[in-house]
Formats: sequence, C-alpha cells, structure tokens
Amino acid sequence: MSPVVNNLLNVVLILVCVVFGAALLTWLERRLLGIWQDRYGPNRVGPFGTLQIVADMIKLLMKQDWVPPFADRLIFIVAPAFAMFVVVAAFAVIPMAPGVGVVDLNIGLLFFLAMTSLGVYAVMFGAYASDNKYAMLGGLRAAAQMVSYEVFMGLSLMGVVMLAGTFNLRELVLAQADGWFIGPQIVGFFIFFMAGIAESHRTPFDLPEAEHELTAGFHTEYSGMKFAMFFIGEYVSVLMSAAMITVLFFGGWLGPAWLPPLGWFLLKTMTLVLLMILIRGSLPRPRYDQLMTFGWKFMLPLALINLLITSALILI
Amino acid sequence: MIWAYLYNIVFYASCGVTVLATILMISRHNAVHALLYLIISSLSLAIIFYLLGAAFAAALEVIVYAGAVMILFVFVVMMLNQGQRSVVHEAAWLPASGWILPSVLAAILLSLLLIGMYSDQPLPPYGVHGVAVKEVGIALFGPYVLVVELASFLLLSGLIGAFHIARKMPSHMSSNTLEEVDHG
Repeated sequence: MSPVVNNLLNVVLILVCVVFGAALLTWLERRLLGIWQDRYGPNRVGPFGTLQIVADMIKLLMKQDWVPPFADRLIFIVAPAFAMFVVVAAFAVIPMAPGVGVVDLNIGLLFFLAMTSLGVYAVMFGAYASDNKYAMLGGLRAAAQMVSYEVFMGLSLMGVVMLAGTFNLRELVLAQADGWFIGPQIVGFFIFFMAGIAESHRTPFDLPEAEHELTAGFHTEYSGMKFAMFFIGEYVSVLMSAAMITVLFFGGWLGPAWLPPLGWFLLKTMTLVLLMILIRGSLPRPRYDQLMTFGWKFMLPLALINLLITSALILI
Repeated sequence: MIWAYLYNIVFYASCGVTVLATILMISRHNAVHALLYLIISSLSLAIIFYLLGAAFAAALEVIVYAGAVMILFVFVVMMLNQGQRSVVHEAAWLPASGWILPSVLAAILLSLLLIGMYSDQPLPPYGVHGVAVKEVGIALFGPYVLVVELASFLLLSGLIGAFHIARKMPSHMSSNTLEEVDHG
C-alpha cells in the first residue's frame, strides 16, 4: 500500500470512527446514567436501544433548519460548524497505535492546546449571533470558564513534557515504556482530568448550558442539525479528553501483548469515558463563583506546585 | 516537486488572507465582525510562521493571541453588547473622507517596502529552517533572560492592578452603596 493511500485511509477511518463513536456515546451515556440511577434509559429502538441514535439522527435531520430573523446570519451558521471542526482537528494529532494516526507533529501537544483554546470561539460567537439574553449569559460564562481552566490545563501538562522532554505525542507515548506517567504525575492527571471535563462543559462544569438557569445557555436558539453539531462536538471533545489522557498519562497503546496496540488504546480511552459519565451521574453542579474560585484559588496553585516539585526532582 | 508548488500556494494564500483580513478588520463598522477578522488574521499569520519553520511561534500565536488575548476582547465587546446602534454610530463617525490621509500614508509605506524589496541589496536568507522548542527556551533563558524578567515585571504589575480594582469594598461602604441603590 502506498503511503498516500495509507494516509487517506487513516484520515477517513479515524474521522468516521470518531464522529460515529461520539454519536454512539450519546446512547451509551443515557443508557449508563439510566442504569446508575435505577431506571432503564432508552431501550425501545433496536436491541438494547442501540438504534436510538438512528432515530435521533432522523429526527434532527427532519427538523426545519431555522435561523432566527434577529440573528447575525453568517456567524450563526458558521459557529456550530467551527465547534465541530476544532475538536475533530485536534484528533488529528492523537497517536492511536504505531501507524494509526493522522499526523505526527513535533508540536502535537501545543497543537492540541491551540485547538482547545479556539473552541471557545464557537461558543462565544454562537451566543453572540443568537442575540438572546440566555445565550449571551451562557456564552459569557463559557468564555470565562474555558479561559480560566485552559490556564492550568496547559500547566498541568508541562510536568509530563518535562519528564519526556518532547512535545511530540508519539514520543511522549514511547517515553512511557518504562512506566506510565500517571505515577509521577498523578497531580497533573487530576488537574488535566478536571480541566478536560470543564473544557467540554459537562456536568459538574456545565454552567454555560445550565438548563435550570439559562434555558439551554449558548445554544438556546439552535435547533436541528446546527444544535446537533454543538451536541456531537461536545461528545467528540469528551472522547478527545479521554484519548489525550490515555496518551499522556496511561501509556497510549502500550500494554501486554495479549491485546493489539489499538485495542489497548481503545480500552483505556473507553474506561476514562465511562469514568467521566460516572462523574456526570454522581456530582452536583456548583455555583458559578464556586467554580471560578475552585479554578483560580485551588487548581492553579496546585498546578504550579506540581510543576515546581517535578522540575526540582528532575534536577536532583 | 509537487510539494514545493503546494507549499508556495499555501504560503501565498495565507499571506493574502492575512492582508485581506487585516484590511477588513480596520474597515468594519461592527466591532464583533472586526474582531472576527482580527482572529482570522492571526490564525493565518500562525500558518505563515509554521511554513517558515517557526512551529513553536505558530503554536504560541494561536494559543496566546487567538486563544487568549482575542477572547478577552470578544468577551468585553459581548458584555457591552452595543448592537445595531453602535454600527450606525461607527458608520457616522468614520466618513469616507476620513480614509484619505491614512491611505496616502499607508501607500507611502508600501512603496518604501516595495523599493526596499526590489532594490539590489541582498535579502536576508529566510529559507526554511526549523526552530525547535528547546532552542527557543534556551534563547529565552540565556541571552534574553533580562527581557523575560522585564515582561514578568509587567505582568506582575498588571496582576496587582487587577487585584486592586477587583478588591471587595469594606463592609460598611458596600452596604451604604446598596442602600442608595435600593432607595434610588
């Protein structure tokens, strides 16, 4: 197989798997939440309700593609597409197994951070273009929250970068052959995990779209496929956080030989996704000022102290 | 061979996008649209940096400028939420005649630039030479450590200023202002 065909195959397969995986995740999440909350969840369409996503997709596609007359039309349409684009683009740098992965960037980790920081725009411009009070409040909350959590998201990863001495994600995985970074960087893992949940604004960090206070937050005015883009984008970013944690802290595709490398990667990623769903099912949503205080007064100092101790230990 | 062509196409396309977006950023009346063009301009600038081999600068351009500074701008503009009225104001404040002098000055600058580019003097070699993150770090904490320290002074003073502005009022003062609001 020529390298070009191989690359194209990689790109298409990863894109399809990621988007369909995210769609399937909506069913998985509802089903698991149901089980953990002593109810059934979607179980009518197809075996165990697995075809529920098809039903949802048909429903969303059949909805009228409506743009409010007071909206800023172009931005209103581009924002959800951008939300989808940044998370899918960030998947390009994630090395899933030897030979599986779209690009092998030397600045892979920085590319990931850049894409997550651009993700805020989709939310903000979606909120701005909607010209709706709830959307505006949700957008402002999202912007403040994501910018604050990005600060220590980046800082929490620098410990791993110092240990491995590279920003290249493939080399970061290979550097964990002797031991996963979860051991020396358990604090970094904790901070990055929290920041990852906050970046994809899921419970308990879902204040930008808190339905009791803000209707649906920044996507109040969105319906049909545009809403679906925001929605699926959120699930893709859940997958991405999990994949990123796998690569950075759990040794990526490395593992005993009784499972292929890709199998190990998927197993670790899915375990982390399940953990995120369990957190959503069990933790309540904090007040907004509590969220910001927690971020700036606890997580940021913790990330800095972690960095300080890590660098001191490396120097010794 | 084909890669060299592609490289040139992408390079000149992103240069064109940068210039066009910057011009549009200056000439828009709607503040949010202007910011959107500024963001596009810094993103395409990042692509140029990347193509010239400064991958780290490209990543920083996106993370810091597009991903943090511009977000604060958009945040403030959204909070003020001027709407359609400010667009009308802007249009009234910036009549077409106001563009003449800046355009002439910009044209002079452009002509100087063109003369400089096409004169016989040799250009500095700009050929693609990748700069690794490590080299940047060593340079920052080696010869340029003083600049880094000065920048950190600036950031610290900004932080202290923000802390001062955002400080809570003493309790007796804040309760007074609250009462005034209530009676008003």
